[in-house]
Amino acid sequence: MSGSPYAAPSEADTEAMLDAVGVDDVDELFDIPESVRFDGEFGIDAKSEQAALRETKRRLSKNDDLTEFLGRGHYEHYVPSLVDSVSQRSEFITSYTQYQPEVTQGFLQVLFEYQSLLVELTGLGVANCSMYDEATALAEAALLAKRVRAADGDRVLVPEYVRENYVSVLENYTGGSDVTVERYGTDDGNVDTDTLAEVMGDDVVMVYAENPTTLGTVEENLDAVGDLADDHDALFCLGSDPVAMSVLQRPVDVGADVVVGDASVLGMPTSYGTGLGVFATREEFLRQVPGRLVGASEDEAGTRAFTLTLQTREQHIRKERATSNICTNQAWVALRAGIHAAWLGADGLVDLANELVELPRDLAADLNEIRGVTAPVHDRHHVREFQARTEQPAPAVASDLESEGFAVHAVDDHTLQVCVTDANAHAADEFVAAVQEVIE
Amino acid sequence: MEHYDQARYGPAGADTNEQLLSEKDQTSVDVDSPLPDDLTRDEVELPSLEEPELARHYVRLSQQNYGVDSGPYPLGSCTMKYNPRFTEDAAALPDAAVHPDRSVDSLQGTLELMADLQDYLGRIGGMDAVTLQPPAGAAGEFTGILLAEAYHEANGEGHRDEVVVPDAAHGTNFASAALGGYDVVEIPSGDDGRVDLDALEAALGENTAALMLTNPNTLGLFERDIETVAELVHDAGGLLYYDGANLNALLGRARPGDMGFDIMHFNVHKTFATPHGGGGPGAGPVGVTEELAEFLPDPHVRRVSRSDTGRASGVQSAPRAAADGEEGYELYTPERSVGKVHGFQGNWPVLVKAFAYIDRLGDDGLADASAKAVLNANYLAEQLDYDIPLGPFHHEFVASASDQDAADVAKRMLDYGVHPPTTKWPELVDEALMTEPTEVETKSGLDDLADAFNAVAGEDDETLASAPNRTTARRIDQTAAARNPRLSWHDLD
Repeated sequence: MSGSPYAAPSEADTEAMLDAVGVDDVDELFDIPESVRFDGEFGIDAKSEQAALRETKRRLSKNDDLTEFLGRGHYEHYVPSLVDSVSQRSEFITSYTQYQPEVTQGFLQVLFEYQSLLVELTGLGVANCSMYDEATALAEAALLAKRVRAADGDRVLVPEYVRENYVSVLENYTGGSDVTVERYGTDDGNVDTDTLAEVMGDDVVMVYAENPTTLGTVEENLDAVGDLADDHDALFCLGSDPVAMSVLQRPVDVGADVVVGDASVLGMPTSYGTGLGVFATREEFLRQVPGRLVGASEDEAGTRAFTLTLQTREQHIRKERATSNICTNQAWVALRAGIHAAWLGADGLVDLANELVELPRDLAADLNEIRGVTAPVHDRHHVREFQARTEQPAPAVASDLESEGFAVHAVDDHTLQVCVTDANAHAADEFVAAVQEVIE
Repeated sequence: MEHYDQARYGPAGADTNEQLLSEKDQTSVDVDSPLPDDLTRDEVELPSLEEPELARHYVRLSQQNYGVDSGPYPLGSCTMKYNPRFTEDAAALPDAAVHPDRSVDSLQGTLELMADLQDYLGRIGGMDAVTLQPPAGAAGEFTGILLAEAYHEANGEGHRDEVVVPDAAHGTNFASAALGGYDVVEIPSGDDGRVDLDALEAALGENTAALMLTNPNTLGLFERDIETVAELVHDAGGLLYYDGANLNALLGRARPGDMGFDIMHFNVHKTFATPHGGGGPGAGPVGVTEELAEFLPDPHVRRVSRSDTGRASGVQSAPRAAADGEEGYELYTPERSVGKVHGFQGNWPVLVKAFAYIDRLGDDGLADASAKAVLNANYLAEQLDYDIPLGPFHHEFVASASDQDAADVAKRMLDYGVHPPTTKWPELVDEALMTEPTEVETKSGLDDLADAFNAVAGEDDETLASAPNRTTARRIDQTAAARNPRLSWHDLD
């Protein structure tokens, strides 16, 4: 094979076009100085479609086939077949950002419906149509807090259970804005409100907490966190996800000013961390929101129509004064999450969330029966996941479990973290048996 | 001529809009949960529809959406090329669906593909090391800014607080530099549409951290003086950053690394045909020269053999215990890493698609994609009645609608069944029509597209201002949308 199978012009076309342009060879169209021309090779052999697919498969098949009991920010739920079937329609997946709304009403409506879902779940007035993931959404929330706060301030407080990964992203994004990120203490897997009260000050621009937390616990002190933030004129940013939010305390009711999180819990299989950053906030901060917003308007015939709106916040217009540098986002993942949520409906979302409360409770109880295991570590309610203490070194237990075909987190020397959802619950009994076997 | 095909846009006119889900149904559910009441909400109200209704809802919406498979999409700078279907199958392989916290031992396949993609991209860009973590082009730019900052700080030059950006650059360049805390120094382009060397020299100084440059630039012009530009920037102590948005013009013919660039990002959508998905996800891998490799984001993938004693990984386990001489892969933290730019490893499925595309096309296919993209742009330009003031251009050109309003030209083109070019930008050209047909159009497809341009070129202002007439929605009132924001169905009643 020579040439790209996806370059349409035929040989005859090419000749005719070269002729029309007035050159003998396509090389003449490249206005590149001789001194920087590349005359080497990449050394990549062209392949048939079949062979290329086989080559990808050959590599990936070297992954071990494990049943994952992993979470800590990336979760799997059963994704209904409708999601793949509809999201793969080429009118959706091969389209660009909706710069010409008159011919992209379909995607705009999908994104409007996604925004509406998040407005319903958070109770906040505005949700954008996506950030990259929870970590970057959290970072953007801190930047928004810094921008909207009347008084000067430079501290962002995050609980100590937040993943180091996320804090690193947060620090990178806020590094250019003279913001420092500090961790505050927790107590038995929840915010320690006394400690938080001690470290609060008028130089704090944002306080972050999660529900459920990275540890899987349901946070019981959200009202207190909201009040503390309020007392110091700081924004309260809450991390959650659309499934959990369908039963847990409504963010607006606990005083959340911004909600971030990962909505890729809906619509996506595990995908090595691919996210869908939730960003919702109060209407008063609308003009400081990062990323794209879809709004309703009317067309010339007076019919309701959707369009990207308030674009003067964005980089392509405002350049260095934009609210964010984000351009390409996660729109297609939002489409998938929206389809999944619609497929579940209100009842289905609530049922799934309730299941995610019961499954870890039951699994923790089963593991707690095993001599040498204490679960859950935190005396709290949980969603999806929990921590378990092991007398034996946790990394060794995790490694032995891997030999038995299971993946879990070893979060420190004697602590495992275990995530159980509708997607792996069928293997929970085998998992318990495997834990028993490797420990006893 | 009229190319309008109703099936392409769905039924036109009033009262045919697909209802919102919320208009079809709203079900309020009282939350009854195993959790104590004080930890739960009272109710949640959402549409609850059965699957057949949903299937029709989304299929109808898809019929009101224009994609590359619907017809020509010459959106300049956005590069809407065909997305090969087999790459979707590659990304959907069961072995691709893994959790990011899996042990390195159990993910050798994923790591091998990542290492090979890093290697491919390094060869294509002429770069020594590549990170795959940035989840989009703009995130790649920001990563580049972080790398430049870390580099200067390591050299005791942390005072460098300016990033130089040409006026015709993408808006993200300015925004990414600002996000990093840099002052943006904008330089005007020369009359020929390229970097004005005098202006550049005046802008550079002891505070310059980097120059961000797109090549070919947004006008499709190759920066012929690139070697001089590189010398000026490097002499001033700055780094040269390559915005990879237009790398799709150069594959196999020139490489950023050979031109003197120190840092670059790749837009895998524009260059390696991953679908844009109506706004993302993308991926923005970043390549660097050897001296910047130690600053790359955490973690990085590398190939190891059993005899190697790699630094301890930040992740759970050590390299696979391979037999002597057998290769394995590990994650490690580069010595002076800038840390993380994404919670995990970026948009992995998109990276798989890019890998499969590169692997299928190989050297010849990649070079041909660029050649045909450049030929198609030049051929289309040749057919147009609109003036194209600047050249010679490569994969895209910027025509001028001159006394017509470029935004109106675009709306009218919709009536001819084609997606219009990018309009009114770059501002260097009056009423710009920034056009990029890509390699996916045939000659007759380009002829049809040229017919649409030329038909509009001959029409009066009134016709243009009242367009479009044959689309799902007529011209949409942008001012009303912004003045009275209605951003969810809760705002509608």
